Amino acid sequence: MKKRVPLLITFITGFIIIVSFFVPHRPFGQLETETLIWYAIIFAFTLVIGVDSLVRLHIKHIRKRKKGWWYSIVFFAGFFYCLTIGIISLIQTPNIFQPGTVFFYGYETILIPLQATMFALLAFFVASASYRAFRARNIEATLLLIAAVIVMIGRVPAGYKLWPKLPVIANWIFDVLQIGAMRGILIGVALGAVAMSLRLILGIERTYLS
Amino acid sequence: MSISTSIWVWIAALLTLMIYSFLYKENPFYRLAEHIFMGLSIGYSVVILWYNYILPRIYEPLFFPPHQWSLIFPILIGMMTFGIFSEKYNWLIKYPLAVYVAGYAGVQIPLQLQTMILRQAEASFLTPDKFTSLFSSFNALLIFAGLVTTLIYFYFSAKREHGLGGASQVGIIFIMIAFGAAFGYTVMARISLLIGRMQFLLQDWLGIM
Repeated sequence: MKKRVPLLITFITGFIIIVSFFVPHRPFGQLETETLIWYAIIFAFTLVIGVDSLVRLHIKHIRKRKKGWWYSIVFFAGFFYCLTIGIISLIQTPNIFQPGTVFFYGYETILIPLQATMFALLAFFVASASYRAFRARNIEATLLLIAAVIVMIGRVPAGYKLWPKLPVIANWIFDVLQIGAMRGILIGVALGAVAMSLRLILGIERTYLS
Repeated sequence: MSISTSIWVWIAALLTLMIYSFLYKENPFYRLAEHIFMGLSIGYSVVILWYNYILPRIYEPLFFPPHQWSLIFPILIGMMTFGIFSEKYNWLIKYPLAVYVAGYAGVQIPLQLQTMILRQAEASFLTPDKFTSLFSSFNALLIFAGLVTTLIYFYFSAKREHGLGGASQVGIIFIMIAFGAAFGYTVMARISLLIGRMQFLLQDWLGIM
């Protein structure tokens, strides 16, 4: 009951979705849409669990006065701020993403700049990682270095100023030389994903139930 | 030079500087900005969850005509997720997890087969339209060689002999060039984000530029 029924549910649900993709007629075509709606609803509940876990963690930090507990208060300030502007926007208009709503304004002026800064911070770490990765120790590393340098310089105006052919070469590396290998890697990843999905549906892979 | 008078620009600028202070070392300013960011992101996720999932997929179909009573079943299965909060009934989470995993796996098989395997292979086939000029023929052959040798490099079910070793050596050349190009592209994307933030600080906040 605790293990066999979930395995059966996995098999039947997975099987219906796969069959409905290849047989788009009734009842399978309809079943696929229905199953995907069910999937989205269940996904929503799993998101609630994720949010709950983080909120509980911060409540625990505050209650136990752990080191840096006041950061958790800051976390809740941000959390309730976003929640409040979301509720206000939902009351104001049916489309909260419409430019001019409080939610859209908060998203545009605070969340996007913060996200961009967090990602931009990586530029410095990527630069230090490049130093280590680009040391030409052997032929393979030298190829990596040459390709990266050409792509980097070829995609900025300075590259064109340096040598007008550089952007053309950068584009050629990107569109021809790297595309074959990337396709090979993508096909490999896809084959792995298909194999893993089959293992899950057939009940060979059961770690998610343990 | 005209410094911004908007409170929002000042907040965004101070938060930007707080995050960049991490470059020196981890400090209270960075952690403050980090927690604000985390709180906002989670709050945003909750609003999105309500707006994109609960409202259109649960609330409206259930409480407005034509009522879709069949949705009660996925809601009940979804509610089993809350079994995780009870020691006695935490096994209940296996049911929604089973549907979730099956949904993901079921979608992945045809999706990966169609978009990743068939489309990528189809695009690399040596069809007559790719041999219109010497240069395009050369490019098509290079792409095809890159694909085949990369696949050979990742093929571990046979010994690297009878030409397989040589082909996998060629494959590693293509792979390293691909990684280099991808790495260079990533670096440039991050640098452009950095330029954007610097422009914001110097132009929108300080008004220097």
